[in-house]
Amino acid sequence: MSDDIVNIEVDGEAVEARRGQMLIEVTDAVGAYVPRFCYHDKLSVAANCRMCLVEVEKVPKPMPACATPVGEGMKVFTKSPKAIAAQKATMEFLLINHPLDCPICDQGGECELQDLAIGYGRDVSRYNDGKRVVKDKDIGPLVSTDMTRCIHCTRCVRFGEEITGKPQLGTTDRGENMKIGTYVEQSVDHELSANIIDLCPVGALNNKPYRYSARAWEMAQHATVSPHDCVGSNLYAHVLRGTVKRIVPRANESINESWIADRDRYSYEAIYSGDRLMRPRVKENGAWRDVDWEGALAQAADVLKSADQDKVALIATPAVTVEEGHLLSQIADHLGTANIDHRVGRRDVSDQDNDPMYPSLGCSIAEIEQHDAILVAGSNVRAEAPIIAHRLRKAAVAGAAISFANSSVYEYLFDVANYLSGAGLVELLAGVAVAAADGNSLPDSVTELCDGVTASGAHKDVARSLAEADRAIVLLGNIAGRHASYTAVRALAAAIAELTGASFGGLSEGPNSAGACLAGVLPHRAQGGENRVTAGLDVASMLAQAMDAVVLVNVEPDADIHAATDAVARLAEQAFVVALTPFVSDALLEAADLLLPTGTFAETSGTYVNVEGTWQSFSGVASAVGEARPTWKVLRVLGNLVDAPGFDYVTSVDVRDEFVARLGEISTSNAYEASGRIAKVNGADAPANDIDIPLYSVDALVRRATALQLTDEAQRARAVSDG
Amino acid sequence: MSYVLSGHVRDEIEHWKARFPEGRQRSAVISALHAIQHENHGYVTAEQMNAVAEYLDLPTIQVYEVATFYSMFQTEEVGRHNVAICTNISCMLRGADDIVEHVESKLGITTGESTGDGRIYLKKEEECLAACCGAPMMMVDHKYHENLTTDQVDEILDGLD
Amino acid sequence: MTATKVYVPRETSAVSVGADEVAVAIAREAKQSGTSIELIRNGSWGATWLEPLVEVEVDGARIAYGNVSEEDVPAMFAAGLLEGGEHKRRLGPIMEVGYLIRQDRWTCWRCGLIDPLSLQDFRLHQGFNALEKAFAEGPDAVLDSVTESGLRGRGGAGFPTGIKWRTVAETDADQKYIACNADEGDSGTFSDRMLMEGDPLGLIESMAIAGYAVGASKGYIYLRSEYPLTYAILTRALETARDSGWLGDNIQGSGFDFDIELHLGAGSYVCGEETAMLESLEGKKGIVRYKPPLPAHEGLFGKPTVVNNVITLASVPNIVNLGGERYAGMGVNRSKGTLAFQLAGNIKRGGLVEKSFGVTLRELIDDWGGGTASGRPVKAVQVGGPLGAYIPAAQLDTPLDYEAFVDIGAMIGHGGIVVFDDTADMAQQARFAMEFCAIESCGKCTPCRIGSTRGVEVIDRMIAGEKREENYDLLVELCDTMEDASLCAMGGMTPYPVRSVLKHFAEDFASSGGDR
Repeated sequence: MSDDIVNIEVDGEAVEARRGQMLIEVTDAVGAYVPRFCYHDKLSVAANCRMCLVEVEKVPKPMPACATPVGEGMKVFTKSPKAIAAQKATMEFLLINHPLDCPICDQGGECELQDLAIGYGRDVSRYNDGKRVVKDKDIGPLVSTDMTRCIHCTRCVRFGEEITGKPQLGTTDRGENMKIGTYVEQSVDHELSANIIDLCPVGALNNKPYRYSARAWEMAQHATVSPHDCVGSNLYAHVLRGTVKRIVPRANESINESWIADRDRYSYEAIYSGDRLMRPRVKENGAWRDVDWEGALAQAADVLKSADQDKVALIATPAVTVEEGHLLSQIADHLGTANIDHRVGRRDVSDQDNDPMYPSLGCSIAEIEQHDAILVAGSNVRAEAPIIAHRLRKAAVAGAAISFANSSVYEYLFDVANYLSGAGLVELLAGVAVAAADGNSLPDSVTELCDGVTASGAHKDVARSLAEADRAIVLLGNIAGRHASYTAVRALAAAIAELTGASFGGLSEGPNSAGACLAGVLPHRAQGGENRVTAGLDVASMLAQAMDAVVLVNVEPDADIHAATDAVARLAEQAFVVALTPFVSDALLEAADLLLPTGTFAETSGTYVNVEGTWQSFSGVASAVGEARPTWKVLRVLGNLVDAPGFDYVTSVDVRDEFVARLGEISTSNAYEASGRIAKVNGADAPANDIDIPLYSVDALVRRATALQLTDEAQRARAVSDG
Repeated sequence: MSYVLSGHVRDEIEHWKARFPEGRQRSAVISALHAIQHENHGYVTAEQMNAVAEYLDLPTIQVYEVATFYSMFQTEEVGRHNVAICTNISCMLRGADDIVEHVESKLGITTGESTGDGRIYLKKEEECLAACCGAPMMMVDHKYHENLTTDQVDEILDGLD
Repeated sequence: MTATKVYVPRETSAVSVGADEVAVAIAREAKQSGTSIELIRNGSWGATWLEPLVEVEVDGARIAYGNVSEEDVPAMFAAGLLEGGEHKRRLGPIMEVGYLIRQDRWTCWRCGLIDPLSLQDFRLHQGFNALEKAFAEGPDAVLDSVTESGLRGRGGAGFPTGIKWRTVAETDADQKYIACNADEGDSGTFSDRMLMEGDPLGLIESMAIAGYAVGASKGYIYLRSEYPLTYAILTRALETARDSGWLGDNIQGSGFDFDIELHLGAGSYVCGEETAMLESLEGKKGIVRYKPPLPAHEGLFGKPTVVNNVITLASVPNIVNLGGERYAGMGVNRSKGTLAFQLAGNIKRGGLVEKSFGVTLRELIDDWGGGTASGRPVKAVQVGGPLGAYIPAAQLDTPLDYEAFVDIGAMIGHGGIVVFDDTADMAQQARFAMEFCAIESCGKCTPCRIGSTRGVEVIDRMIAGEKREENYDLLVELCDTMEDASLCAMGGMTPYPVRSVLKHFAEDFASSGGDR
């Protein structure tokens, strides 16, 4: 037997444990529950609450299970009279100061203290002196504070120190006066900050927008998936009579662990925004009027059927579900057009034939942590995918050399190995590529791009760290994807990976870029990734030409389309624009001729394929707002109305199953092969080519989530865009 | 407007930083606060703590935590002379309570407060000051005075400007 | 004719009762009388009750004068001070002062004897001999001697020093540290301060020996900020050691590098606990870390660290010089060697008394302390600081022995002995102990943070005579919870003094309050 295994006994049962493991990990693993407040498996051991006391044979005092390493032959009793007495004694102390305000506390019903008080508390307190009272502080629009309820477990403090790397909450003063807070009033504003709500075992830190709006036990819990980035964080929606009251994390170790980004948590507010389109509307002679669904759909179908097949344009976003993409792609096929695209953010499609069929990160999300060196190029990763940024930070904390290449400098809350900036992205990457070649020949595709480029010390450091690492990866971000010279950027990044032996991958936009690609929501690729015989028009080309009919599927042309400039004005010039949309906006009123209300992610079922290739299906969790209908159902009817064959699906699952069957076996691939030497980029590499979308502007939902828009982060972003 | 650390304080921080390993500049926080408090007549402000945090490249909360934890740091304005009467056991057994009472009534403040003219801060002393054989004792601006009588206390306090 | 040597201590207690003024007066008188003197500012011998204690060297003997005041000086000169002349302050030769000669001065033997800041004087009195011997014999020999000596940590925990040092020596690391705990915050203790002010170079030598033995190149002294004079003296001693090549790179050509930094605390009793002290050295709040890992494995900045109290370290040079066996030959049972006891509180002759373990409390209080200052009978004695039990007069014959003290529910700790006469209200003392914990608790763990504050309230109710029996039971249970569940000794040991009052002086609750 290995030296690393020790044999212990938990409540009389023989258990094997890893040497050095803390008792509580072992008792948890065998299901011997030990009460705890400060211990959390994602945080360092604090051993301060003293709730997890257990009896250990031959040890006179009860021992904290969270801070007692297992030892050979140890006999542990989690429920012996001695253990229970110790746990009860601690509980009595905690309850001395904790207010008896459970009836007005949002934590009521899901409170670890309340639960344990029932199990371990006394009916009547023997301490009748005054309770400790602490003044509350405003820590921003997301998290409410009732610090009198705080039991000083310091989970929230350790979260800031260890998980985000941005400690803002701390413990000031000492003894009985010790308090958790920010000392000077300030908002706690990291993109993952609101996870402290879930960490807080009592009602000290709570969900501010949700405050007093429902009780835990009245709500139904439904699983869903975040629509805001390529991670697809797993969520639970808590729903009261069809209305989403709040969103909490659904733990999934391989994707989001037990965390979610603040925008995943609060974007649900937009479902009930005043901007919701409540019923179909049509524009006649410049004036809008409501119409019924039947008439609206018939009109849309008529426009499509009567349009010249080369003059039909179908534009979606990377938030399109697999099912919606499949239906849209079949409608395009039926109408005989290849003018279909979801790449609303991509400006440089010149090398699209070399795009991967099934784009991916290049490793699994969890594997990011296992790399020794990572180069992230063209990315504001904390805004693009907060969970990926978190994984990068974990890698850095574990000792990985994480470097960035960006013309702008973004703040990272860990030790960055090298931050290449001060020049355009092409120039920065060319320097690294030259350094990586180290005098040897460069791949032919980039020789011209690297002509005359010399590598600086920093370029060499980055190249060396990638080359010397056991496991390295080069990741392109969304800024790279939106870059006007994406072809050059990608070729250089791929060259660096090739020269250093690193893997190559990237963050994609939205929750379902991969799914949209596979579904054929592309002008040059049919379903499954096969090249079309004749490529259709990409987004920019569609907008540049006169179309008979344009269908926008959940696109906000002013905010989502970066592939072309003046998208709103160009759409307004088109003959007829049908917009499927949950929201109405000035831009849509200007650009569109027919508005069809669709449901948000919460009101529809569907599937997203995330950046590591995980397919995640979800059901609708909320009742539809107004007359909104799930997009896939709108497309199904539209398909029927234009006489597309086989549109007799009953559920979205039918759509998905058909697609999956058609797709067959397919796995992610990021293999890139250039078709030839890429021309020197002239003047197209200015910093203005970086399109960075702020954290709380990424999509229509986030842009309308009240609490998120009140954050300092959102206000800063607005000040930048206004000023 | 943010507070600018004086040259002296910066020198002091650099001096202490150099005594700890590279990257362990956080160890200089206590010394930095001592230096600022000394310069700032006995207390430190939030702006000053922010300046220390910025200088040492630390999150501000880490400086706040330290400043509020240790009893030698004051985070509210106090009188310019620091008077601490030891009330721990040996002194208590030899009449420290009478000395405290005398001083409180003489100055018209209670322990933990400063005189209205900003002259004296009567610090609450908690730990033993280790002058037990000379009890009762007090420390005035870092100087020990032992075997105190109320007359001596008067003389010492009256001598403070 | 050579100048007459006159010794006037520069030590916190002596200075605070006028030693500086006495020194000035002596210099002035000498000048006026045209005699040449060499004024030496030595440390204190520890007979604090005799301070300022002036000595004059006459024919190789040092004649002592006690409780000298500034006003006494002219008359003393007139009486022939420099020849050791008779005067009411004259005590006779220092080596005949009973308080001192009956001691076993192993650790503090240079305190008072030498000029603490004179390298020459230090060298004349065996200074750095032990370090040289260590260099000659190698680290293992030092570890063996320390282990053999049976020396235990004098900070309070009594952990065997040899085991601690060997653990650090055997832990692989690119950097190790020696951290000297000089955050002397226990009530009634001042031996660290006296040693640092009286023999600072001795502490420096001790730390260098420790560094050499375990392979550490860096030491930190964590000094409480309440000791400004100690800070000044240590700072100068460190400069002296550095300037003379006893600190720094390649010490005296030995190939051993070692330097010491002096760091000031900022007022927190808990920082006397070793891991809290390490946190404080790292610039954080002084809150305890949970163990494991032990500091010997992962201490300061995560590196293996020897954390020792001043007195523990200062006991080592003589162990190296004279052999561990010699030290182990003193004391009783598992309490080997000597301890620098400190007499304080209601005592006639307070001060530092270094004695072998096995001496009884009664001997220390009567034979050295001369009984209570008030002349009234002793009621109780608290040993080992604010967390030590109050020992009733009936147990005064208990020998000072770690285990014997454990047997009576007490502890020796840092050797501070605070005496209470029969007028002391022990109910108030129980309250004091609990309140001290409430004030000094770092706030990290539940039992200490909440228990101490609520404990004071319960005791207050008992003193007020409110439901005394019910509150008595509640207090006992509260003490159980603090003792069983606290993270460190602050909360874990505060119940000791409280319980000792309940056990030995319960009647004081009845007498101090109203009706039940």
